[in-house]
Amino acid sequence: MAEQGKGGFFSEMFAPVGGFGVTFATMFKKVYTEEYPEVKRPTRPRFHGRHQLNRHPDGLEKCVGCELCAWACPADAILVEGADNDDTPGGTGRFSPGERFGKVYQINYLRCIFCGLCIEACPTRALTMTNFYELADDNRADLIFTKEQLLAPLQGGMSAPPHAMAPGMQERDYYQGKVSGDGS
Amino acid sequence: MTVTPEKSTAEKSPQQPQSPASGADAVPKPGGAEAPAAKPPVDMVELTIDGIPVSVPKGTLIIRAAEQIGIEIPRFCDHPGLDPMGACRQCLVEVAMPGPPGPDGKPGAARQMQGPPGRMKPQASCTMTVAPGMEVKTQFTSPGAEKAQHGVMELLLINHPLDCPVCDKGGECPLQNQAMTSGRPVSRFEDIKRTYPKPINISSQVLLDRERCVLCARCTRFSDQIAGDPFIALVERGALQQVGIYEDQPFESYFSGNTVQICPVGALTGAAYRFRSRPFDLVSTPGACEHCASGCAIRTDHRRGTVLRRMAINDPAVNEEWNCDKGRWAFASPTVGDRIELPLVRDAAGELQVASWPEALAAAAAGLRGTKSAVLTGGRISVEDAYAYSKFARTVLHTNAIDFRTRQHSSEEAQFLASTVVATGPNGGATTYADLEAATNVLLVGFEAEEESPIVFLRLRKAFRRNKTVVTSIAPYASRGLTKLGGTLIPAAPGTETDVLAADAAADALSGARNVVLVGERLASVAGGFAAALDLAERTGAKLAWVPRRAGERGALEAGALYGLLPGGRPVRNVEARAQVAAAWGVADLPTDVGLDMSGIIAGAAGGGVTSLLVGGVDAADLGAQAAKALEKAFVVSLDYRPSSVTAYADVVLPVAPHAEKAGTFVNWEGRTRPFQAALSTTALSDYRVLDLLADELGVFLGVRSLAEIQREMSALGAWAGGRYHRPTTTASLVPQPAPGQFVLASWHLLLDKGSLQDGEPFLAGTAHPARARMSSVSAAAVGAADGDVVTITGPAGSVRVPLEVTDMVDHVVWLPANSAGCRVSDLGVPVGQLVTVIPGGAS
Repeated sequence: MAEQGKGGFFSEMFAPVGGFGVTFATMFKKVYTEEYPEVKRPTRPRFHGRHQLNRHPDGLEKCVGCELCAWACPADAILVEGADNDDTPGGTGRFSPGERFGKVYQINYLRCIFCGLCIEACPTRALTMTNFYELADDNRADLIFTKEQLLAPLQGGMSAPPHAMAPGMQERDYYQGKVSGDGS
Repeated sequence: MTVTPEKSTAEKSPQQPQSPASGADAVPKPGGAEAPAAKPPVDMVELTIDGIPVSVPKGTLIIRAAEQIGIEIPRFCDHPGLDPMGACRQCLVEVAMPGPPGPDGKPGAARQMQGPPGRMKPQASCTMTVAPGMEVKTQFTSPGAEKAQHGVMELLLINHPLDCPVCDKGGECPLQNQAMTSGRPVSRFEDIKRTYPKPINISSQVLLDRERCVLCARCTRFSDQIAGDPFIALVERGALQQVGIYEDQPFESYFSGNTVQICPVGALTGAAYRFRSRPFDLVSTPGACEHCASGCAIRTDHRRGTVLRRMAINDPAVNEEWNCDKGRWAFASPTVGDRIELPLVRDAAGELQVASWPEALAAAAAGLRGTKSAVLTGGRISVEDAYAYSKFARTVLHTNAIDFRTRQHSSEEAQFLASTVVATGPNGGATTYADLEAATNVLLVGFEAEEESPIVFLRLRKAFRRNKTVVTSIAPYASRGLTKLGGTLIPAAPGTETDVLAADAAADALSGARNVVLVGERLASVAGGFAAALDLAERTGAKLAWVPRRAGERGALEAGALYGLLPGGRPVRNVEARAQVAAAWGVADLPTDVGLDMSGIIAGAAGGGVTSLLVGGVDAADLGAQAAKALEKAFVVSLDYRPSSVTAYADVVLPVAPHAEKAGTFVNWEGRTRPFQAALSTTALSDYRVLDLLADELGVFLGVRSLAEIQREMSALGAWAGGRYHRPTTTASLVPQPAPGQFVLASWHLLLDKGSLQDGEPFLAGTAHPARARMSSVSAAAVGAADGDVVTITGPAGSVRVPLEVTDMVDHVVWLPANSAGCRVSDLGVPVGQLVTVIPGGAS
């Protein structure tokens, strides 16, 4: 308080509005504000966002329900249960090319730390990460993503499982890239 | 896992015997007379492994000697329970043997075992036995051994599909683990792998994936050596070698699940567990099997509230490393969808309605209060539950009318159990599995080991293979189990066992140095059978053991769930015994009435002498012909977890916990305690807890609220050291005389049948043996039926139609499986040993 009253007349007069000088000067500087959520800026291509369960070109799921992602997960965010593909008439149907598919697949985004170890663990490249990052909600249940939410959308040439393997193709043909989208 | 209770006996003085049910063997050791015979001195062999000196008995395999000093040599085909084979070559080590003795007589310097001169020849440590002065170098000290192991692993993996992500073994696979510890980092193989169609069914329950097989022959050796069902074998040669099945004979083994457990890769998998889980998901709980009185140590693996599989635990004193398929796979019955989770009370309209616990307990108490009550417990309850039933009957219902024998029984059997069986145990010199293995002669009476106590069968088979034990069976025909034991049959029609036991042939069968007689619970259907067996055991100096079929029977006997016995084998009519129990229970006196056995209870209820029944886990079909009438007439409180033929009549149904959801103890046929823990944590209450609540409602403090409370009380009470009931004396046997067209009924339960605990497991049911009636060719000719024809067997209450299998067996007898698909003997309305008529024809 000892300095008070030491300034001159003008400085004392402008002191109450002196702070606006900063505001005024800033108005002429470059703006860094992002207009999120109206404008969404793309992330870096390898940004760790929401997961996706990929499909083979004919729509069959790549996931074999091996649970290696769940095993690798340091946050225990993933739950998988495998089951048998049953393409006998009247059976529960075929979801993936081999013997086994992921019947239950859940990722808990309250737990996920987006480290990507699950992606590294996946032996069939079924699980990858998208760049989608808008994962906020006001309740727990909606942040546990189920298989339907995680599955990649059907692209052209894909049909939704359950359905049979492409004619004349075996499991290994899928992994060797011999199966294309139009069922050949 | 062994729970042989040496510790607790050591803590107590010998004058203070404990009940077997409380964690100790009942009878004090009689003055050291039972001291084990001095073992002959064992030749020890000195050798070094990785430079570490080790001394092991002569004949030990190198791989076992290495285990003793903590050196693990990788292996696939080696298994301590199976004969050495040397099939996989993964366990190669470098061996040097001492050279020829020099002039001083001492062995020369160790010389490496070589193939071509100068080249080390690796040796399979799982087939080579130790020798004095041998120097073994494993992969830890010998670069040559390590390289050899890497080479073998690379060869094993050439045709292995590496489909670990979809393989059930993934995560607990010796091949996976050892490929990491003893394999090359990368494969040099660049060709196309040999493939086979994915999995083929060996049986409805066991699946074979031939691509994954490393040809270790563990499964074929197990089937051949341990189970004696050689239905699988290695076929073809070279790269095409594979495990094959006989086309015309299905793999109907009761022990096939063990091949799944010991397969070191994922070549054999169980259909029920297929793709269900991963080992790291599973939470394991040690326990005991609830299916039979063998008392196998098992592990229950569950995930998120569902039991997914059960495995055998290695308990050398009991089941070694094996269990039967029923124990492994029959655990789905609580989850078939009809579980009783809430109490049910019958309303005025006669319908069972869901009720709250207080409402149901009040209804049960109102129905039981002031009535003449009786208690029937099933054969599958734990000791603690049986103790609670016993205490409830005596202190709340004031009656001795309690019986656990919900099957064919006799007062002679009760006398036999009270005089000879109760309060004995392995530490008291009772017959054990080890005795069976060491026996020279074993006689089976009223007991079909493979069907009724499969682990007893496996131990007898081991005794037969290793020690040339002579097994003799008194039965109507030589079953497949007896054939696999290399046993001889003394043919006996039902009812004639008494005479056969008294004859010379039975004594001749026990002519060895160490004889054992195993009597089954079915001997109760034979008048004088137990007395004759006791006579025979005394005459020949044989040990005698009683092998019940169901897991809870022996424990129920020890806990006093039998009309003439109080806990610890105390006779009801002994004043001092009653006083001891009354003091422990804090009551002034205990009922002194004679009590009623099961048939007495049912007859009483049907006739009006018994007006209320407390029934725990019983099937009405086991209660005899009058069951329906008795259950209809009496006020029935049923404790069960699924609707049954008893809950259909019950006035109040109180839900209890199934095996996986409760803790407790079984007592196996030896008298050995087999504790088990609750695998699943649920709100379901075990029987003792429900009985405690019911007693509270009736205004009596029962004091059985927790396991600890019951076990404390039981061990404080201990076993009875005073006088026992007299043993049964021989009575004249009653042999029915069949008229033409009539046959004596013989029957026993097959291991896999329509038992309600096996519900919900279609893959297991697919391996059950089909129902067949058996008659001798003479009998079949008498009714005019040929092998394979359908015959109709008729009793007073009904008939069954099954295909006939003409068997080499006694004449005038027809054998039926007791409760198989399409053949339920209780439908006939006659017990075993009575007459039925057989006519050919009838649609099966």
